[in-house]
Amino acid sequence: MSIDKKIVDDFVKNKIELVTTVPCKQLAGVIEEIDACKDIYHIPSNKEDEGMGICAGAFMGGKRSAIIMQNTAIGVTINTLATLTQYYRMPLPMLISYRGELGEPVACQVEMAVHTKALLMQMNIPTYHFHQQSDVEELNKILEYSFMSNKPVAILTDASFWGGY
Amino acid sequence: MIRSEIIKNLIPVISDHFVICNIGLPSQEMHMMDDQATNFYMLGTMGLSSSIGLGVALAQKQTVISIDGDGSVLTNLGTLPTIANNVADNFILLIIDNGSYGSTGDQPTYAGKKTSLTAVASACGCENVIECQAEDAVEVMKNAIDSKKMTVIVCKCESGNIPVPVITMDPVVIKHRFMTELAKRNA
Ligand SMILES: [Mg+2]
Repeated sequence: MSIDKKIVDDFVKNKIELVTTVPCKQLAGVIEEIDACKDIYHIPSNKEDEGMGICAGAFMGGKRSAIIMQNTAIGVTINTLATLTQYYRMPLPMLISYRGELGEPVACQVEMAVHTKALLMQMNIPTYHFHQQSDVEELNKILEYSFMSNKPVAILTDASFWGGY
Repeated sequence: MIRSEIIKNLIPVISDHFVICNIGLPSQEMHMMDDQATNFYMLGTMGLSSSIGLGVALAQKQTVISIDGDGSVLTNLGTLPTIANNVADNFILLIIDNGSYGSTGDQPTYAGKKTSLTAVASACGCENVIECQAEDAVEVMKNAIDSKKMTVIVCKCESGNIPVPVITMDPVVIKHRFMTELAKRNA
């Protein structure tokens, strides 16, 4: 099974019915799978905080939701995470491409990569780093954990996990 | 007519529906005049009223009205293409356009200058966009609810505020009672 398919299967298994995405090269395959999945409503958003608003609404409407985005988005969404997702205690799995890690060809990506884990830690957001393909085995439990605890969780997926560039 | 008068006039029409209230004075005015479980008060995140409302509308069948402001829509302008391309016929976006950032002291917005949010919404692909004056808000809202078509209302009014108390209700309580009432109506 492809890693993209495995991720989407775990989403479906956890009854995630709405996924919003802001694209990244590394995430192209999984976004394609989300779009093709008949159990998931795929709603691309124009900015990640907008996407988190949609996810919050869907959750209150009775549908589990998730967001797929780049790690640069952590810089965009701190206020939304603090005053919407966390303040109202809502679950939000965040599948994040961790750009700027080993193998990164674009120097500027490193500038947000070096802040990513520190920001997530400052926000007390449970954070998991997928580096090897086998790390995906933990995804199901991470999703369960987000919905159990009503907290956002971050799954950082680096270039090595996705099989390089 | 100012925003608080529009909200007061709208209450008989929207009170039965689920309302996402924009941060600041719109939430505080709704809270003061018609507090109930069907209201979701945004205590933070300026700009996301329309996004939250769209999410609620897409997830279930009840009618959802987002009360937004011109300043807030300008903050999250990317919301309009998303709304246009993900049609939820149980969703109404009411933009109360007073041409100013009301909650922060009535600083002028670009919507009160050259920018037409009505034209922007149409250009983004929203199909039912209605611009009206404050005096017609009730009639336009009634029609929008009855139409069962996703509608964007841009309601022009004067800027100005009345004194209202801040909301001290816990956010988890706001969320919980909203979700419980919504689930009950959908059952
Ligand atoms: Mg305004």
